[in-house]
Amino acid sequence: MPQLEMKSLSEMKDNIKAPPMPDNNLAELTEWLLAVAEQRDKAAFTLLFRFFAPKIQRIASQKFSNPAQAADVVQETMSNVWRKAHLYSADKGAPTTWVYTVMRNVTFDMLRKIQSKKEDNLSDDIWPLVESQQVEEQDFSDHLEDSQLARYVETLPENQQQVVKGYYFLEMSQEQLAEHLDLPIGTVKSRLRLALAKLKLQIGEDHD
Amino acid sequence: MIKHHPKDDLLTAFACGELPASIAAAVAIHADMCVSCKQVIAEKTNKLANHSFDVINDVSAMPMEKYDEAELADIDFDSMLADITRDESIVEMDVSSEKIIKIKNKEYLLPKPLHNMPLGNWLNLGKLTRARVNLGEGEIHTSLLQIAPQGKIPDHTHNGYELTLLLEGEFHDEMGTYQAGDFILLDGQHLHSPVTETGCLCYTVVSDALHFTKGINKLLNPIGSFIY
Repeated sequence: MPQLEMKSLSEMKDNIKAPPMPDNNLAELTEWLLAVAEQRDKAAFTLLFRFFAPKIQRIASQKFSNPAQAADVVQETMSNVWRKAHLYSADKGAPTTWVYTVMRNVTFDMLRKIQSKKEDNLSDDIWPLVESQQVEEQDFSDHLEDSQLARYVETLPENQQQVVKGYYFLEMSQEQLAEHLDLPIGTVKSRLRLALAKLKLQIGEDHD
Repeated sequence: MIKHHPKDDLLTAFACGELPASIAAAVAIHADMCVSCKQVIAEKTNKLANHSFDVINDVSAMPMEKYDEAELADIDFDSMLADITRDESIVEMDVSSEKIIKIKNKEYLLPKPLHNMPLGNWLNLGKLTRARVNLGEGEIHTSLLQIAPQGKIPDHTHNGYELTLLLEGEFHDEMGTYQAGDFILLDGQHLHSPVTETGCLCYTVVSDALHFTKGINKLLNPIGSFIY
């Protein structure tokens, strides 16, 4: 399998170079995806694109006989990675699994469009990219009086502390926070999500 | 406890995204109610992702695909990348909205995978109330079926398959009793006559008309096409 991959990679005529990293470096992929999620980092996205786009094209070519449709899968998947990255959080799994889910959903909706003439885009309902986190956040705010939790908040990275304190302790809206901190709203949301995931993890560990 | 689960190959096909929308939705609803199947699906999805993106070399668990035979389009990756990042907007996901449906004055919470599926009109036949889920999948017909308390469907069998996902309530047949979350897949070899004491709501996917098999019940074969 690895040999097969290397061979077809080197045979590709496109202007993308093989990624400058060993393929098994999940930590690096995670870092890039989080940089896109939190800062809309174009350089990090370029690295993700170089890693994933050629692979997605080959996988899509197995499912779509028309090469133009396979190219559409690449475009649509990577565009969704760019525009939905804020929904990713590292505690939910590997970045590869998340990108796979995005690709699988795009493929499903496109096949359905071709086979059933339906443009209903059901995939994100069947395989949600994000669990209903509003419920989690709601549950969470009930515990915020807990002084233990306040100590946990102090252990978060500074940029996450800012949004958690603003949102929960000062009860600012996400929009107000975005304006106050001069950040895109998506960044505020993703920092909140990341912070909550970390807090949950710590609380879970302590209560075990 | 949920006792009836999708078979392993069905879970694999689900993780691959290769099932028709009707059946994929049934697996998704089941997995939302069944922690162990959810876990299995998560592991399979992980493996598929690793395999697809060649992150680790252990591919023994998944079938090999032949990458070298496909014809690849000459994509201008640089301009594709530029196009994508030119778009500064992000996609907000609507995550928490709930949908309620009302059938014969009883309210049900509609499972998430069905939220954007177009429902036909509710039709009534005795204790049965049915709405078609219009997925455009040809001979595969998908419905929501409510059976009122004390309702039953006479002995029948299927040429194709009949998938029932019990959403609420209970029913029993010759093979056992079922509860919410049970994923019941039957083929032409099975013959059964479900009965419910307290009523139930089912999501059904049927690939061919039902056939009633016993004496006078054969007169009921129009019900077969009603349910199908």
